Amino acid sequence: MLSPRLFVAQRLSALIMAPLVIAHLLGMIVAVQGGLDSGEILSRTQGSMAFGLFYQLFVFVVSIHAAIGIRVVCHEWANLHGRMLDLITWSVMLILLIMGTFAVIAVALP
Amino acid sequence: MTVISALQTSEISVSVWRGDETGGEPVHYQVPQQPSQTVLDVVTWIQRNAEPGLSYRFACRVGMCGSCAMMVNGRPRWTCRTHVRDVLDGQKIELAPLRNLPVIKDLVCDMSEFFAKWQRAEGRFQPTSGRHDAVANFVPSTPQRVAADAGIECINCAVCYAACDVVTWNPGYLGPAALNRAWTLVNDVRDGGQRNRLHAISGQGGCQNCHSQQGCSNHCPVKLNPTRSIAGLKKTIARAVLKRQL
Repeated sequence: MLSPRLFVAQRLSALIMAPLVIAHLLGMIVAVQGGLDSGEILSRTQGSMAFGLFYQLFVFVVSIHAAIGIRVVCHEWANLHGRMLDLITWSVMLILLIMGTFAVIAVALP
Repeated sequence: MTVISALQTSEISVSVWRGDETGGEPVHYQVPQQPSQTVLDVVTWIQRNAEPGLSYRFACRVGMCGSCAMMVNGRPRWTCRTHVRDVLDGQKIELAPLRNLPVIKDLVCDMSEFFAKWQRAEGRFQPTSGRHDAVANFVPSTPQRVAADAGIECINCAVCYAACDVVTWNPGYLGPAALNRAWTLVNDVRDGGQRNRLHAISGQGGCQNCHSQQGCSNHCPVKLNPTRSIAGLKKTIARAVLKRQL
């Protein structure tokens, strides 16, 4: 159900996510406290390679981490096994990756 | 009236789960309260005075053998060392067979799967030397031996297994006791079965399934910390994955 490699993938993705979450929250707090509205925030992020790479990495690790987490929940709470479990894991990962990438494109592309 | 005579006149309302693998229900008994009375004393009183057909297990009565564990007011406990006064809910006690194990009859569970998982986790010592070799010389203060000693005093009572929600959700999970045993052997420098053990503890139902909820450590009657042992196993398999050994 949860192979050692998936276990390590989830732990490593959490390790990468932790500082990204903190940076994201700090960025939001600074932007809001500074009185910026959404248009002003987008004017700063659009065209920024740094913002684009930051959030694309965020989306990538979230896709891995969440998909494995949901795999475990589906096994323990819905008693799913085998191919159905693999299908759910990959589907969740792809959906999050695609939706997240669209969001990054909207925020970071000029 | 002295405290002792007051206790002797009061009664405990005891609910005992009675049945077998096909089902059962709680049956109520009134048991005289005694000073320094253990939960095992209560069960024994019921069998000797009220219900001779009641099935339960015990052997040593001093917290060594690990055979008398059962659910007491919803929590797994060793009943020979659990005082009634510490667990009374009002004047009531609810007794049931251990959680996560199939019932044979009344308070007796089938422990086969529990012990089979010890074997599946490679929880047996694999010697690297024989009787003609010199006695192994190792230092008790090494970090490995300290880690092994911290988990070595398990009495196989299955209290941790009954307390573990992951076993409930994922019956293939090896469980805290088997993994704790494996951890003591992972840290045993005399053991030669590490390669097989690495695969056993990381395979189907391996240590990576633990959610670190610490129910095992909270309930362990001999105050072991299986969660810490399992955390050690998780580090071991993570290193093995990164070194491409798994």
